[in-house]
Amino acid sequence: MRDKVFIAFQQNEESRPIIEAILQDNPLAVANEQPAMVKIDAPGRLVVRRTTIEEKMGRAFDLQSIHINLISLAGNIDETEDEFILAWHGA
Amino acid sequence: MAHRKLTLKEKYQLMTRGLDWETTYQPMDKVFPYDQYEGIKIKNWDKWEDPFRLTMDAYWKYQAEKERKLYAILDSFSQNNGQLNLSDARYLTALKIWMQGITPAEYNSHRGFCMVGRQFRGAGARVACQMQALDELRHAQTQMHAFSQYNKHFGGFHQAMHMRDRAWYLSIPKSYFEDAMTAGPFEFVTAISFSFEYVLTNLLFMPFVSGAAYNGDMATTTFGFSAQSDESRHMTLGLEVVKFILEQHEDNVPIMQRYIDKWFWRGYRLLALVGTMMDYMLPKKVMSWAEAWGIYWEENGMALFHDLERYGIKPPKYHEIATLEKNHITHQAWTVFYTACPATAFHAWLPQPYELDWLSEKYGETFERYYRPRFAQFAELERAGERFYTNRLPLVCQTCQVPVFFTEVNNPMRQSVRQLDWQGMKFNFCSDGCKDIFAHEPEKFCQAYIPPQQIYQGNAGGARNLQEYAAWLKCEFGKDSGEYYTSEDYARWKQWHGGKDTTPSSAAA
Amino acid sequence: MTVEIKTAHIEPLRLTFDHIEARIGKGRAATRYQEAVHDLQMTTNFHYRPTWEPGMDLFDRRRTAVVLADFDQLIDPRQYYYAPYTIQRARQQELSDANFGLVEKRGLLGALAPEWAQKIRHLIVPLRHLEWGANTNNAFLSAYGYGAPFTSAALMQAMDRLGMAQYITRLALALDGQNAEVLDRGKQLWLADPVWQPLRHLVEDSMVVKDWFELHVVQNLLLDGQLAPFAWTHFDAALTAHGGVGFTLVTQFMRDWYAESTRWVDATVQVAVSESPANQALINGWLGQWLPRVRAAVAPLLAVAFAEHASAIAQQIADELAGRLARLGLVGEV
Repeated sequence: MRDKVFIAFQQNEESRPIIEAILQDNPLAVANEQPAMVKIDAPGRLVVRRTTIEEKMGRAFDLQSIHINLISLAGNIDETEDEFILAWHGA
Repeated sequence: MAHRKLTLKEKYQLMTRGLDWETTYQPMDKVFPYDQYEGIKIKNWDKWEDPFRLTMDAYWKYQAEKERKLYAILDSFSQNNGQLNLSDARYLTALKIWMQGITPAEYNSHRGFCMVGRQFRGAGARVACQMQALDELRHAQTQMHAFSQYNKHFGGFHQAMHMRDRAWYLSIPKSYFEDAMTAGPFEFVTAISFSFEYVLTNLLFMPFVSGAAYNGDMATTTFGFSAQSDESRHMTLGLEVVKFILEQHEDNVPIMQRYIDKWFWRGYRLLALVGTMMDYMLPKKVMSWAEAWGIYWEENGMALFHDLERYGIKPPKYHEIATLEKNHITHQAWTVFYTACPATAFHAWLPQPYELDWLSEKYGETFERYYRPRFAQFAELERAGERFYTNRLPLVCQTCQVPVFFTEVNNPMRQSVRQLDWQGMKFNFCSDGCKDIFAHEPEKFCQAYIPPQQIYQGNAGGARNLQEYAAWLKCEFGKDSGEYYTSEDYARWKQWHGGKDTTPSSAAA
Repeated sequence: MTVEIKTAHIEPLRLTFDHIEARIGKGRAATRYQEAVHDLQMTTNFHYRPTWEPGMDLFDRRRTAVVLADFDQLIDPRQYYYAPYTIQRARQQELSDANFGLVEKRGLLGALAPEWAQKIRHLIVPLRHLEWGANTNNAFLSAYGYGAPFTSAALMQAMDRLGMAQYITRLALALDGQNAEVLDRGKQLWLADPVWQPLRHLVEDSMVVKDWFELHVVQNLLLDGQLAPFAWTHFDAALTAHGGVGFTLVTQFMRDWYAESTRWVDATVQVAVSESPANQALINGWLGQWLPRVRAAVAPLLAVAFAEHASAIAQQIADELAGRLARLGLVGEV
């Protein structure tokens, strides 16, 4: 089994469409709810896709604004306007 | 003439990179005098990968939004006497230690990043460090504002800025950050951005802050998670820094391995305080230290080191020892806090029956066999009206400055003490990890300001015993320090609650 | 369990922390600014000497020759701690962003007379590097200065300068249809054009100044006191008659910033000057050493910008700065 990457958000209304989008785009991701936060683990790689969030929200979304409710993460980051990817590159 | 829209990467590149230049009227080595002496070789700063591509205007925009939210909550918290919503006033001991130990550390981290934000000659690295410097200032300041309300109603907060430079237990975080700041810039970023932020702060900000929410402290929950949203940027910087340095030259690998080994161990020792918060100071429990260590180190931390294997980096030395100790250190630390709390600015107490059961459930036989009997003994003394306090000055580790109360991993009944002679003097350590760190830099670590030694030498206002030492720290027994259940904090809390004791009877919210 | 809480009976034990009370007196409520900056920096019982400067403590008053009984007197009249600072800048950036959007969409920079568009490429675009130098110098102040009130404001000043370097970059790209060559040419001018060399020489010399208060005076008082009025006031005014409305819109941030940062710079210098005749003499000495060089370094830019009007504008800028220095108790005429 590949090492897990994770991303965690504050539990609030703004995070909801982001979390839903992540779970939809990453079938292997698992959401783990703790008081006031949600931690999403996924094996090896996880992608946050702007277009999916926009579908959930029904309006334009600037991917950089995920920072506002982001709590923590683990993995190498690759960020563009369209995708925010977390991945381990190792064996 | 119009060109296509620039991508985020291209735009960011133009916004930061071309700004710097190779100086010619002054030699570069004079403009940047501090980024060579550690022996780290950087062939090409342009290979630096910017982890997050935040231009200043985007930074202002997002950070201002975070601040508006945070201060709206802090305002309503103080207007509505939010301190009354806590699960129990025992919880405040964690916040007092936070303000006395962690807030000054945030400030030091801020200044340290100001330093490396000037010291590195690569523009990309400097911008990232400067933004982090500003974030860390934010953390120190928002924490002062969050604690301001608690300070108005409870002891132990008011003299924190006096304590921070003097108290024995605060020498642990103080020496940690000062060690990093007095090191070279590459060691500083490896220590703070990588080892501390990436490898260890999740243990503080995720389970503990989640615990703050569980215990009704919305002020801390809000600044904590809001701070951690900056940390995710910092952690990414930490990982990029390490990869960048390792990719620049193979000679950098052994230097970086030594930094990683040193700072893992120092950070781990510092986090014993956090583990104790989780296991003993949260009246409502979220997860145990051992569980958090399992998730955030054994699982997430090791994933990180698997990723770094390709550079020839190994997991930090003695990490197995840290994992073996996970069932012990918080109980040992709390025992020391319980017995030494008159010389602190917080209260301590014996775990309540529901907490003893929770600890037994989480730590199993280890707790049942070694620590529960010890607490039972203290309870016996309390019932006899002889609440036990120590009157001895502890022997302190020369490196991490934690009193030497940890035990041998293969024998929890034997204290772990190591010694080393250097230039005719004997130095004491809590572990092989701390002894190794000293052995590599004895000229540095022999300088440490060790509070018990300072007291003996008359440098603590001439204090001759712990009572006088506490007075010098401006800690008043019963108001700021000593047993919780006979404290003014407790009396006031009970009065606010109609004279009833509100100590929870279960670990669940 | 529900317990009725009688909030009417809750009287605070104290209004603020001991270290703030010692400054403002007992029984007074502190401002958030006071709680955010005062005594935040450690002052004593340092563990280790810096490996990068073993002769000094980690934080050390001796890093400047200016002597103050209390460096926490160097407060910021704007009372900026992190929240009001970022919120204020976010408001300004929202306005700037709207202005840039308008200018880019309507091609307002295209209305510039070609000769003046060329002057922007020659005289304004290379200021990206000057701003970067100012960022470097203010980062130095934030790192090695003494006391959180001063060093925290210096870091904000450093970040403001990075922000302005980025606004100039955006302006250059808007001017030349998002073609990045305009930036390369600007850098070449900064590195090799004779008009820019006295200034680059001065900036590089400032980057090796070790006394942080001296550097504060050189960068934030003298150099900015000459350059900001040139670029954002007089140059902007001269453009008005040549289709400069776009330029005015996208440089509004700089004018607002300069008016505001001047309050901080003047307040801090004034505290040092009024503390003692020794400080006053010291700072006057720095003026004597640096001010003529600063004027000489900016003069070639004025000549290119304003041709026959250059000396009159130079005089106006010099008079304004001299007046400011005199108000601070310093010798304006050098």
